[in-house]
Amino acid sequence: MIKKLSIVALLFAVIGSAVFWVLTLPNNMQPNELAAFPDGDADAGETMFWAGGCASCHAAKGATGDAKLVLSGGVELKTPFGTFYAPNLSQDQQNGIGGWSLGQFANAMKRGVSPQGEHYYPAFPYTSYTRMTDKDVADLYAYIKTLPKDATSSKPHEIGFPFNIRRGLGLWKKLYLDSAPVIAVEDGNAQLVRGRYLVEGPAHCGACHTPRNLIGGPDIKKWLAGGPAAEGTGSIPNITAHASGLGGWSAEEIADSLKTGFTPEFDSFGSSMADVQENMAKLSDEDRAAIAVYLKTIPAVESSVKN
Amino acid sequence: MFNSVFKISTTLALIASATMFSTFAIASGDVAKERQTLMKNVGAATGAGAAMVKGEVEFNAVAAQLVLRTMNNGGLGFGYMFPEGSETGSETEAAPAIWSDRAGFDAAVNKFVAETSATVTDLDGFKAAFGVATANCGACHKAYRVKKN
Repeated sequence: MIKKLSIVALLFAVIGSAVFWVLTLPNNMQPNELAAFPDGDADAGETMFWAGGCASCHAAKGATGDAKLVLSGGVELKTPFGTFYAPNLSQDQQNGIGGWSLGQFANAMKRGVSPQGEHYYPAFPYTSYTRMTDKDVADLYAYIKTLPKDATSSKPHEIGFPFNIRRGLGLWKKLYLDSAPVIAVEDGNAQLVRGRYLVEGPAHCGACHTPRNLIGGPDIKKWLAGGPAAEGTGSIPNITAHASGLGGWSAEEIADSLKTGFTPEFDSFGSSMADVQENMAKLSDEDRAAIAVYLKTIPAVESSVKN
Repeated sequence: MFNSVFKISTTLALIASATMFSTFAIASGDVAKERQTLMKNVGAATGAGAAMVKGEVEFNAVAAQLVLRTMNNGGLGFGYMFPEGSETGSETEAAPAIWSDRAGFDAAVNKFVAETSATVTDLDGFKAAFGVATANCGACHKAYRVKKN
């Protein structure tokens, strides 16, 4: 009897593991999808590099000027799940991503899967990058190829149980990795569509400005409405057009603040947004205007924290 | 009788504590609040300067000089307005790094003071000086300002 029971238990365990295994398989792109990737243009990729904010995490902490192009990694993100260390993305073969193919890069950006077939933690904002076009990913790859090598070795993340089991991220991705747009907008409005693309895709504004639930998934009902900061102390401002957010700012003022770093009251951005603004200043006036129009269009949601 | 003595002494105690409190307030001030006001004054000057640079208001050398002087005044104050003990309170956004990296903070303040000391006579000169001066805002806030609580 006991023997029978233990066989049944073992059977359940085996089936359970098998189901977990299948559900958490890395969802790589198929070879035919990768074959359809266009050739990248490094010059165009520079726009995506700044829009994507790559240097803000992957350059050394406090890097300014040309030092931002040395993607040695090292910025730490302290979160409730543990501490993440941004890895080396320089062209170093050993410690960076110098040996990566475009396909490996695309799988990282759009599927959150490493060349070794492991799931990345969503501290790397692939849930936003997954909305990028194949062309923009290819351009970005071409641009990153032109950046310097650096031999700094990447630091392993310090994550507690159960989040240290990367395989479990496969389930998380089933819930939250979706390349569809967050906010429906009129297809005919090219400026609005471009703004949505930049905000929801490469610029990954929602990664900080949208509050997260207990397992780190975005609370879409509060899209861009701010909340407690995922890392460290303090809170993230509401950037919807609600009165508790950017309601008092015109689209021109929003675009101008991204260019100059000053709010309409001539306060200046601080903390991590000061760095984001430096990235945004490298985009075109048209792109900043598109971002502003999108922010004025999305549902205005009241802040859950003081702005 | 006892009741009225009690009332008087309570009143005296209240007055005494209020006096002590206000003495304290005058002596050390709410420095976090005061530096926020100083920052806002610098912001107002920046707004006036930006309007001139953008051509929204006509350039005026006296006003332009006043803009830089007001920014410079702010910088001179910042060196004294982050004393030990003012790390918290009044919803301060001052980063702990100001106190843990005092040398770095002082260097940033001194840079701002130096770069707001220019004398300007024409719009081009002001544009250049104003650009150099305002680059300090974001650079310093990146390192020494935290997100609001």
